[in-house]
Parts: sequence; C-alpha cells; structure tokens
Amino acid sequence: MFTDFLFHLRGRGLKVSLSEWLPLIRALAEGHARSDLSVFYHLSRALLIKRETDYDRFDQAFSEFFRDIEAQFDIDDELLQWLADPILPRELSDEERAALEALDLDELRRRFEERRGEQDERHDGGSRWIGTGGTSPFGHGGTHPTGVRIGGPGGGRSAVQVASDRRFRNLRSDRVLDTRQIGMALRRLRRLGKDDGLEELDIDATIDVSARNGGDIDLVFAPPRRNRIKLLLLIDVGGSMDPHADLSERLFSAAHAANHFHHFEHLFFHNCPYERLYSDIYLGKGEATSDVLRRIDTTWSVLFVGDAWMSPYELTHAGGAIDYFHHNRTTGLEWLRRFRERCPSSLWLNPEPQRIWAAPSVRLIRQLFPMYELTLDGIAEAVDVLAGRRANRSAEDTVESGWLH
Amino acid sequence: MNFMQFTGTDSYLASAELRDAVNVAIALEKPLLIKGEPGTGKTRLAEAIAQDLDLELLSWNVKSTSKARDGLYVYDTVQRLNDARFDDRDISDISQYIKLGPLGQSFRDNRRRVLLIDEIDKADMEFPNDLLHELDQMSFHIDETGETVTAEQRPIVLVTSNNEKELPDAFLRRCVFHFISFPDKAMMNDIVRVHHPEVEEELVRQVLIAFYWLREQTEIRKRPSTSELIDWIAALRRAGIAVETLQEKLPFLGVLLKREQDLEAISGPRQRRRPVS
Repeated sequence: MFTDFLFHLRGRGLKVSLSEWLPLIRALAEGHARSDLSVFYHLSRALLIKRETDYDRFDQAFSEFFRDIEAQFDIDDELLQWLADPILPRELSDEERAALEALDLDELRRRFEERRGEQDERHDGGSRWIGTGGTSPFGHGGTHPTGVRIGGPGGGRSAVQVASDRRFRNLRSDRVLDTRQIGMALRRLRRLGKDDGLEELDIDATIDVSARNGGDIDLVFAPPRRNRIKLLLLIDVGGSMDPHADLSERLFSAAHAANHFHHFEHLFFHNCPYERLYSDIYLGKGEATSDVLRRIDTTWSVLFVGDAWMSPYELTHAGGAIDYFHHNRTTGLEWLRRFRERCPSSLWLNPEPQRIWAAPSVRLIRQLFPMYELTLDGIAEAVDVLAGRRANRSAEDTVESGWLH
Repeated sequence: MNFMQFTGTDSYLASAELRDAVNVAIALEKPLLIKGEPGTGKTRLAEAIAQDLDLELLSWNVKSTSKARDGLYVYDTVQRLNDARFDDRDISDISQYIKLGPLGQSFRDNRRRVLLIDEIDKADMEFPNDLLHELDQMSFHIDETGETVTAEQRPIVLVTSNNEKELPDAFLRRCVFHFISFPDKAMMNDIVRVHHPEVEEELVRQVLIAFYWLREQTEIRKRPSTSELIDWIAALRRAGIAVETLQEKLPFLGVLLKREQDLEAISGPRQRRRPVS
C-alpha cells in the first residue's frame, strides 16, 4: 500500500524520489507518525514535498488516495509490510543509492518490531508512549498543558477532510505568471563591474605588494564589484495595450521591487515614443524625450514594452502621432533610432504571441530592436541578452549589423 | 523515544502541522526549510525552538554578498598582516586568526545549538549548494590549519527563505520543508490573545472581521500581516476606540496599510460597504 501511495503521488506529477521517500520510512519506523493519519499527512508533506506550489497537488493526491480507506488504514501494519518486502525502483540515481546505503532497512525493521512489541504491552498506562487520547501532551485530540489546541487545524477533522479543503490552491505555479516569477527572471539581470565610490581592501594585491616590499605593508584598495545594470522601462499604454495592462503592470512591479539595479526608471508612451515621455500618462506629466536621451548612456539598458501594433505612418511620418493634439516633427522611427544609438543594449518585449507579429509596424520596429515575447521564457531570454550571457539572436536578417557588438 | 519535542511557547503558537515538521526535522537531523508570507513568524520560530528546548540560538543573517565559507570560518589575513608588520604577536600560530562563523561555531560547541540561516535566498544562486556537504557531513576542514571540525552535537538547523530565488533541487531534497500559511481566524484569535490577553472579545471579533476583509481586497498591494494587526489593536486600545465605532469606520488604518495607494484604495465608500459582523 505504501508503494502504491508513492506511485500515486508520482502519477499526480509530484517528483518524489527515493531520497525523499526513505527519510519518511525512517520517520514512520521511529514512531513519529504516532499511528495517526493526520500526523502522517503532515510528515509526508514535510518530507516529500519541497515547494508550496506543490501543496495543492499533494492535497488532491492525498485525499484521492485515502478517501475510501482512511478508516481501515493502519500505518504501522502498512509500514511493516513495506519493510518486509521493500519495493524499490530498479534505476537509482547516485544520490538515491547513497540514501539507500545510509539507511539499513533490516535494522530499521528490527528496531521497529521491537518497539512495537514494547508498545503493545504498555501502551495504555505508560508515560513513554504517545497514543490517541493519552495523557501525553503530544497525542492527537488531547489538550496541551498550556492550553494550546492540538488536533488538526479546524479541531478533530480527519486528514482527508483537511486535505480536501485544498487550502493551498492559490499557491499553484501553473495558474499565474506572477510578479515573483517575473522578478526572479529579472534578477538574472546582473552585470557585475567595478564601481566608483567606496573602495574595499584588495587582500590578494595587498599581500602581493607587501611581499615584494619585503614585508612592509602596502594596503591596496579596489572598488567593489556591484551590479551596474541601469534599467529604463518604457511602457506602451496605448489603446491596443489595454488587454495587456495587467501584464505590463506585473512586469513593472516586479522590476520595481527588484532593488538590485543600480538605477531603475520607468516612463510611459502612447503607441510610439515621440517628443515627450510620461511619468503619468493621464495627467500628461512627463519630460522631454531629448532630456531622457541626454540623461542615459551606453551603460543603460532600455526595455520597451508594447505590442508595436500601429499604422506604419505613426512610425514613418512627421505628424503621424496618434494623439490628435500632438504634432510630432520628428518621426517615431527616428526617436526609436536615437534610443538605439544611445543605448545599444535596448530591446523590446511584446505581450502578443510571436505568431501574430506580422504587422508592418512590428516589422519596422524589429529592424531596430530585437523583440521577445512578454512571457517568462521571453523575459529570461531578453535578460540573458542584456546581461551579455547570450548573443543577440536578431529577429530578422534585415537587422543592421551594428547591433551585435 | 527520547527525541526532543517542540511544542511552541507561551508567546509563539505553532500549528500542529508546523510542530510535526519541526519535530521530524529534529529527529531525522535534517535542516528545516521554512517559507511563508512576511510576518508569519519564520524567524521567530527559531527563537521559539531555542527557548522551548532550552538551547542557545546562533543566527546567520545571509546577505547578497554572503559566501558559504563565511558561515564556517573567516581567516583574518589583515590582522595577521598587521601583526607581522608591527611584531605584536607570534604570528606563526595561524589558528588565532581563524574566526568561526555561526555554522562553524555550532559544529565546534560541545552543546547542541539551534542554528538559524536566515533569508538564504538573498545570497547568490550557488550559495545553498556550497553548503550541502557541510550540512550533510556536519563537518568542515580549515585549509589554513589543516584542522577538521566535526560536530559532536548536530545543531538543529533552520533555514528561512522569502522566495526571492528558487533554491536548487539538490538542496531542497535534503531539507524538511514547511510553508507557514497565513493563520486562519481561529488561530489568529489565539495569537491576538497571547499579545492582548485582556482585550474584550467582541472587539477582537470585529477587528478580525475587518482585518481579513482588508486582506481580501485585491487593490491592496501590500497585505497587512500579523505584526501589523497586533500593533493596530494596541493603537485602538490606547485610543479607547469602542466596538461600535469600529462598525462605522476603521481608525488608524495607517498602522495596517503602509502604502499610500493602498490607503487611498480602501478609504471612503469602500469601507462603508464592508461586512461588519
């Protein structure tokens, strides 16, 4: 039955290996489950599941497996059966083999049987053994001397009932692309470099120089290495971006919360950046794009977020801006080109899937910037390019060669 | 069966599942990895275990620059260099320049310790893997002196993570894992009682209704946590706010919500539409 439980968990997509299974067997053999399925539920979750995102899947699997057999399931009997004939996977990883060697199953069984014999004799009156309803403060359903409720959460409910509550449904990772995940992807955006400012003692160089001086100490200082990434996030809040507003906002809050950047700034634009960029698009607060361009330099990375979906003339014509009251003298494409010249490591994240990047405006922009999907994979890829870990895989052959430096 | 049993303390209430996880980690001598929302008492758990089992606590607060070796020992080369230059001491004895870190200290001490490795996810991605060997073997080698330090009393190791980074699989496989979920109303009631034993029951009931309602509001970016709730009740009590007032409006919201946008989102009409009993 135990083996069935292991395979049931695996069948539900939980990657439980022998390295996790054997410690559970040991814990049970040493009596930690206290013959109580609720405790068994806690123990098996603590030892087999290593991510809260798998808690829900575990709860489902647990309640499925034990729903009909909860009453007659005797942990000790099952364990004894398993120990008598341990079914193990045929192929073991090195780590699993080591775990198996570290645990002497025969010895474990011997001690378990010994303890069981002892327990049967003196279970009711003894103070040493923990049992249901006993005087020990650790038993299920009892009351703690200090008045703390013991029992399962909700008081006296069975393990299957608790598991079928599915309390951890919201923690599943396959549901949402959340800020944390984007944050983790952005975290890889590090470029360590020598920094100005405070210096720290360079021990190797100090020893080297002092040795050459015949023992006369000469302290050598070097600037510490810090993340030098300066990130400018430019976000399109134009009408066609409305369906993606939530996604861009999550990217934004993730970048904002990732406080490991040297500098982080964000500004908004509408369809395409022209003379002005906005810190608050609804109020029209913002600053001149030329000022922004002056402030940043090659050490910055500019990340555009937009669907790049517009009429081509919004890019190619003076006065093409979509806002009726705005007349741009310089074309949108020219502004974009200035950004690229100023910060060669700039790129574009597109919330639309790549298969519909066919619009002429998308093609024009991709000639200037490498474009990635605004998905976890896309962000990870973009971040690797920005951090210089991956050569720029340019979108189209027409991309000018200046990019790959 | 003389293994140690953690039961929680007067000021730290541990749920049954948390106690089971702690105790099995102690019994199997595996590190216990704790995750959970901020304010669910991850760090305080280490203090509670130490207090409950009457052991000394050693803390290692991990920073982004932390290296795994720093936890074991630091070789103070600068001091030795200085002594060499100014002839203060006999510098041939390197061991006097070896300073043990919290992990090294917990191995060296001949009494059992609780070791807290706090916020392990702050360090470099490789950091947890660099600790694997030492945590498995509970011993390490000091290259400079050729000494091997082996733990006679394996420390109880508690590791906390705030999920800033994924931890490596090899590390996870060696840990016992527990996710502290946010306390439900009944548990929270018990927690509040610990901190404010003499507050009237009806006030706590109303406060909890308001508190959990706030946590459900999707507009709020930074959801209030337990410690903020405790502070809020303290503020309400000090100002002598009556239960009836609480049904009308929520005073001192700034104690619960720290972001201006969150405060704005929840002010005015929304508040009046909330459930009050």
